[in-house]
Amino acid sequence: MPDGLTLNKIIAQKGISIGEAAKRVADLGWTPSYVQEAMTFPTDYKIKKAPRDPMKQVLRSYFPMQEEKDNRVYGALDAALRGDMFRNVQPRWVEWMKLFLAIIPFPEISAARSMAMVARLAPGEELRTGFAMQMVDEFRHSTIQMNLKKWYMENYIDPAGFDITEAAFGRCYATTIGRQFAEGFVTGDAITSANVYLTVVAETAFTNTLFVAMPSEAARNGDYALPTVFLSVQSDESRHIGNGHSLLMSLINDPDNHLLLERDLRYAFWQNHAIVDAAIGTFIEYGTTDRDKKKESYAELWHRWIYEDYYRTYMLPLEKYGIKIHHDDVSAAWDRIVKKNYVHATAQFFSVGWPVNFWRIEAQTEKDFEWFEHKYPGWYAEYGDYWKWYKKLSVPGETNILFNTETGYVYPHRCWSCMVPALIREDFCYDEVDGKIYTYCSEVCRWTHKVAFAAEYEGRPTPAMGRFSGRREWETCYDGWDLADAIKDLGFVRPDGETLVPQPHLIFDDSKMWKLEHVRGHTLGSPLIHFRSLSPEGREQAAAEYRKGFKINPCP
Amino acid sequence: MSATGEQAPAVHSGAAGAAQFAGWDSRKFNYFEPKGRKASHYEDMTVDVQPDPKRYLLQDWIISFADGTPTYSESWTKAKSSDWHRFRAVDQEWERTHYQRQSTIVGMLNNVVENGRRSGAPKRFDRAWIKVLADHLGAFKHAEFGLGVATMQAQRYGYSQMINNAILTNSSYKLRFAQDLTLYLSEIGLDIEGIDQAAGKQHWLEDPIWQGTRHAVEAIMGADDYLEQYFATNVIFEPLVAELFRSGFIMQMAAAQNDFMTPAVVSSAEGDFERNLANAVELFHTLAIDEKYGDHNRGLMQAWAGRHGKFALDAAHQLQPIWSQPRVKVAQFNDALEAAKNRVRAIASEIGFDVRAAIGG
Ligand SMILES: [Fe+2]
Ligand SMILES: [Fe+2]
Ligand SMILES: [Zn+2]
Repeated sequence: MPDGLTLNKIIAQKGISIGEAAKRVADLGWTPSYVQEAMTFPTDYKIKKAPRDPMKQVLRSYFPMQEEKDNRVYGALDAALRGDMFRNVQPRWVEWMKLFLAIIPFPEISAARSMAMVARLAPGEELRTGFAMQMVDEFRHSTIQMNLKKWYMENYIDPAGFDITEAAFGRCYATTIGRQFAEGFVTGDAITSANVYLTVVAETAFTNTLFVAMPSEAARNGDYALPTVFLSVQSDESRHIGNGHSLLMSLINDPDNHLLLERDLRYAFWQNHAIVDAAIGTFIEYGTTDRDKKKESYAELWHRWIYEDYYRTYMLPLEKYGIKIHHDDVSAAWDRIVKKNYVHATAQFFSVGWPVNFWRIEAQTEKDFEWFEHKYPGWYAEYGDYWKWYKKLSVPGETNILFNTETGYVYPHRCWSCMVPALIREDFCYDEVDGKIYTYCSEVCRWTHKVAFAAEYEGRPTPAMGRFSGRREWETCYDGWDLADAIKDLGFVRPDGETLVPQPHLIFDDSKMWKLEHVRGHTLGSPLIHFRSLSPEGREQAAAEYRKGFKINPCP
Repeated sequence: MSATGEQAPAVHSGAAGAAQFAGWDSRKFNYFEPKGRKASHYEDMTVDVQPDPKRYLLQDWIISFADGTPTYSESWTKAKSSDWHRFRAVDQEWERTHYQRQSTIVGMLNNVVENGRRSGAPKRFDRAWIKVLADHLGAFKHAEFGLGVATMQAQRYGYSQMINNAILTNSSYKLRFAQDLTLYLSEIGLDIEGIDQAAGKQHWLEDPIWQGTRHAVEAIMGADDYLEQYFATNVIFEPLVAELFRSGFIMQMAAAQNDFMTPAVVSSAEGDFERNLANAVELFHTLAIDEKYGDHNRGLMQAWAGRHGKFALDAAHQLQPIWSQPRVKVAQFNDALEAAKNRVRAIASEIGFDVRAAIGG
């Protein structure tokens, strides 16, 4: 039937308004009187006010709307195949999706799990539907991303790395930072993790770079699938941001919560910056082949989304409630990106470590150099020789760049907080916590571990706060191992049992590909174990040396 | 494309098969054992997304709660398993199938309500029946909601992605149905005089008929073992109380009161339950036959069935007066309860635990 002839008008019946529907649905809840709900997710916050639901949501309109979105996504994936998308896609880009899509489904499903935590804590039932929708949304995100990954595996020229994806996620030194992100959503103080870290910061501030900037770059590299999926994912985020803001508003009027909010905003902002900017910055700046000088750099995108949109319009207004905002952290993060080469140093680190990756990284070339120098003046002097070395050492038979001492690169310490290495050498620091020495990328990361994730904060007991645990320094796991054995143990070997999954180039030819035999005979070591073994004076000296940085030797 | 080395043959396509080299045709997720001969799409979307130090999580969980409990812990249920990753959801749900099924139900309900209202059906409901709907279907919607809340809580705790996602979709179904009932009563209330929208909650909170049910639901919401919550929801409460009321009362009585709409609305929950039940039976069966912990788990299920069975049976008996409220009495409470008990016996025998102590042989 043509749209103009509205059946609806002929048969319309009186219905109930959406506001009325949301109100009645919110009245489904009650306060139990026979059996109390166990308070299983601890928090040190006090939530006295029931959060409001500004969105007025009911599930009956939610499901068909989401199904419709899905239909568009799956239709577009089919169309991309019919249009032979993979003939023209840039492998440089798709290779990085092996890392990105290995990471992201677990943070997504963790966000679903964290809805259990906020839903039980928040008094009243008005926001229940919002939390339930977010729970199902995140289930959507996790599985729709797994579907995209499977689709790449089936259709892209080199499936190696996609085929081992979740196993690789558990083992790789780069996915660690994604696990820190995801576990941060669900572990420890429930408000710290599920409200501040997940929603108030990760979703409100950083999903724009994740789910909007990434898709644009994908499209520039001939990948129309990622934008289809991720813009659809992003369209759910405004609901999540709304949930988080409502809950935040129900805590913020109680001055008792202000100290903890200040702590958590500080921790969450800094760690989100450290993790997301390292990963997404690298994908966008180094995973692309598009060197159009008119397009925005990651730094420019960051300024627009994080600085203008988030900091100025979301964070700053919280000051009027009496929350101390750490302006200095925001400018320090900005400096790390534009003055201290945070993204470039991360890409350098990922590429140095290519033998223990599970995706390919090719060298940056002259065309890339030009763009970087244009966007980041001074880049060439700092990184030009490095990428020439990388290119030179990408041929099997050369000593791999991770162990090649000619380049002058110094393998970095890990940051015990954000799990990204201490790449900005001058900011490296260390401290003792519970009798043990730990290393950090920055002062705020040191503070996060030692001061924020502790049993008390500024004299106030914080029994609900989480702790950092596990074998957080990846290098510890393979200390003393031969590189080839470590790669085998990681499972990063192709089905022939010889050829590595990772390669330092995009040549799809067995005769050019690295095998275990090419990397055998080098012993991996843990910088932390070594650092701890030094005397206090030795550590001071080593730290001073480390802070001086290194100079890449000219590449012959 | 930048894939050209000096001597290497140029590859001018990023498509599968454009070149052949080690691993070029490795096009399946290869890190888990499929349940069948080959992995289902559901398995590909689900397995190992939640990691486990016993599988691939090299560095272990990297954040813990203050007491040292890691991000996920096997200690969050008293049940034990040799392999928490063995379970697969029978309904094979991932996001796409979930939205398709949920929105099909929403569409079906919209049709029923629209067409029913257009034909003036609600006005022909028997008067006594209208009060039954307002008071008791209105009260019952809170029970459904409570199960939705309990499972929403439980989906945080499972030790595998498969378990948590099955509990998550269970929650989604229950919360949708609770809302369906709420909105259905509101909508027929537009056509019928005297449907008191507040009556349901009042009965839920105060009417002695419903206090046993509320107690049983609160016991599930308040349990601190997520598998106990999932078990009590699907193995005990659903068949003994929820299905008893939905099938044994509403579905059987409605037609005789001139009501053809309500059974269609309520039937969606029966369909939901069949799927949730199939998932739950599969999970608890896996635990009951666990080569190492089967005995322990069967004992635990008996204990859970004992505790929640008592609440549920009390609840069921307290509901009995409802069966005599409709003007036309076409179903007997005792028959319905017997059918419900038989249902539980059948479920228990499929899972493989002894339910006689809980509800009688
Ligand atoms: Fe998400
Ligand atoms: Fe989200
Ligand atoms: Zn750090």
